[in-house]
Amino acid sequence: MAAEALVELENVHFARGPHTVLDGVGLRITQGAIVSIMGASGGGKTTLLNLMAGTLAPQAGRIRVAGQDLQALNFEDLYRLRRRMGMLFQHSALFTDFSAFENVAFPLRRHFRLDESVLRKLVLMKLEAVGLRGAAGLMPAELSGGMGRRVALARAMVMDPMLIFYDEPFTGLDPISVGIIATLIRRLNDALGATSILVSHDVQETFSIADYGYILAGGKIIAEGTPDALRTSDSELARQFLGGKPDGPVPFHYPAKDDYATALTGVWAAGEAI
Amino acid sequence: MAFMEFIPNLGRRTLRTVPNLGTASRFLLLSLFAVVNRHFSIQQLLKQVYGFGVRSLLLMMVAAFFTGMVLGFQGYYALVRFGATSALGTLVALSLLRELGPVLTALLFAGRAGSALTAEISSMKATEQLSAMEMMAVNPLAWVVAPRLWAGIIVVPILCVIFDLVGIFGGYLISVPVLGVDGGTFWAQMQSNVAFSGDILTGLFKALCFGLVVTWIAAWQGYAAQPTAEGVGNATTISVVTASLAVLGLDFILTAFLFT
Ligand SMILES: Nc1ncnc2c1ncn2[C@@H]1O[C@H](COP(=O)(O)OP(=O)(O)OP(=O)(O)O)[C@@H](O)[C@H]1O
Ligand SMILES: [Mg+2]
Repeated sequence: MAAEALVELENVHFARGPHTVLDGVGLRITQGAIVSIMGASGGGKTTLLNLMAGTLAPQAGRIRVAGQDLQALNFEDLYRLRRRMGMLFQHSALFTDFSAFENVAFPLRRHFRLDESVLRKLVLMKLEAVGLRGAAGLMPAELSGGMGRRVALARAMVMDPMLIFYDEPFTGLDPISVGIIATLIRRLNDALGATSILVSHDVQETFSIADYGYILAGGKIIAEGTPDALRTSDSELARQFLGGKPDGPVPFHYPAKDDYATALTGVWAAGEAI
Repeated sequence: MAFMEFIPNLGRRTLRTVPNLGTASRFLLLSLFAVVNRHFSIQQLLKQVYGFGVRSLLLMMVAAFFTGMVLGFQGYYALVRFGATSALGTLVALSLLRELGPVLTALLFAGRAGSALTAEISSMKATEQLSAMEMMAVNPLAWVVAPRLWAGIIVVPILCVIFDLVGIFGGYLISVPVLGVDGGTFWAQMQSNVAFSGDILTGLFKALCFGLVVTWIAAWQGYAAQPTAEGVGNATTISVVTASLAVLGLDFILTAFLFT
């Protein structure tokens, strides 16, 4: 990969209290690519996206976005950088007191002084792209979960960002929408010359549009490569994950203090924490 | 045994509260000064002023009316023994302007608008709306918190004025038509014994401080809430309780300092 790196992580550590979420993660995401990050539920994928967006700070390691060290940026510069990022949140995060239209219009209204007619065009174009121009006037409470996510997608891309994070864009969508959204992500990425980072469990759909993939397990990157390389990887971990096998090196369970049998049958000291 | 645990518990609580107070104060200052942020909007501020006002106005007026009427009865009961019922107007007005107006307005505001504010901000947090805003490079302190905070500071004194006026009217209705105090004396005594700066302004100053404190506590409880449905509920309760106690405590401090 000779192309320039837009996002670079070096040896990033992040813990939530005593619980280590990321334990030395290194990534290099090239300009213009769609990169997928896969990993078990609770494995720290959302956390990783938040670190790259600078909404969380790592305890150790370095994160560079567009050549800038996030930890060294002040508030103003970080916000300036964020204006060129878009994020699709795992749970939509639409503003409940704004209509679908106003949700998509929000970043434009906040950052530019646009003519109402221009703004209208820009917003309706994005809503049309996700198939929801007809739902422009609906409030978030009137949208289904999948529709809400598509409005959120339109909002994430309305500023034509250089870097877009998608946290589980396919969950809660029907198979037709999944295909359309996947194509949309690819088209958008290429049309804007943007870089996309895609977190998803949907291996097939993700691999159909991704240029490169990382698999995260146990707080570390355990495999990386192009989709083809990952599919034929001889790493046991990668195969377990992509094949969806329950037993293997990637644990399904969140680490517990004791084993299951003891937890169910054992005797506790009164007041001991679960 | 229980006593042995009391001291360390007290210490632990203090250790937990002090840094919280620090972050809460930082939150307050950042939000207050966010008026200079380009994402602070006057329209949002007016919308909140209107929202707070509409939400609490009727409640305030009803509460003030009853309070004033009760003051009329109780004041008459006390004054009639000394043959001093001509001072009833003064008594009603001073009680309301100096004390009951600001305090009751603030307590009702905490219960009505404050709790709604906490619930609103904490559910915005729970549904990641605040994070989404940050991702869109819009500071939630400027867009969400600052307009609400300033609206509280503006609205509570206004509500307090309305409370005072309605309360005095309630007091008049009981004193003059019902209890038979002379109407002319009622108003004349009130007028000559109420000082503009000493009574009216100090009352409004109290209301302003209460408005700030109640909205601050409500906004901070929402902002710092656990981002879950349960967290939203807890934060709302804590917000009302803390804000009410804070109003009463602060009232004592202000009264002690302003007392003349
Ligand atoms: N706000 C938080 N407070 C405390 N712990 C958290 C918080 N958010 C996440 N965690 C913990 O961090 C770990 C990683 O969470 P994260 O949301 O990054 O996982 P994920 O890979 O996105 O999972 P999923 O696929 O289910 O979305 C989890 O173990 C979770 O318990
Ligand atoms: Mg996640």
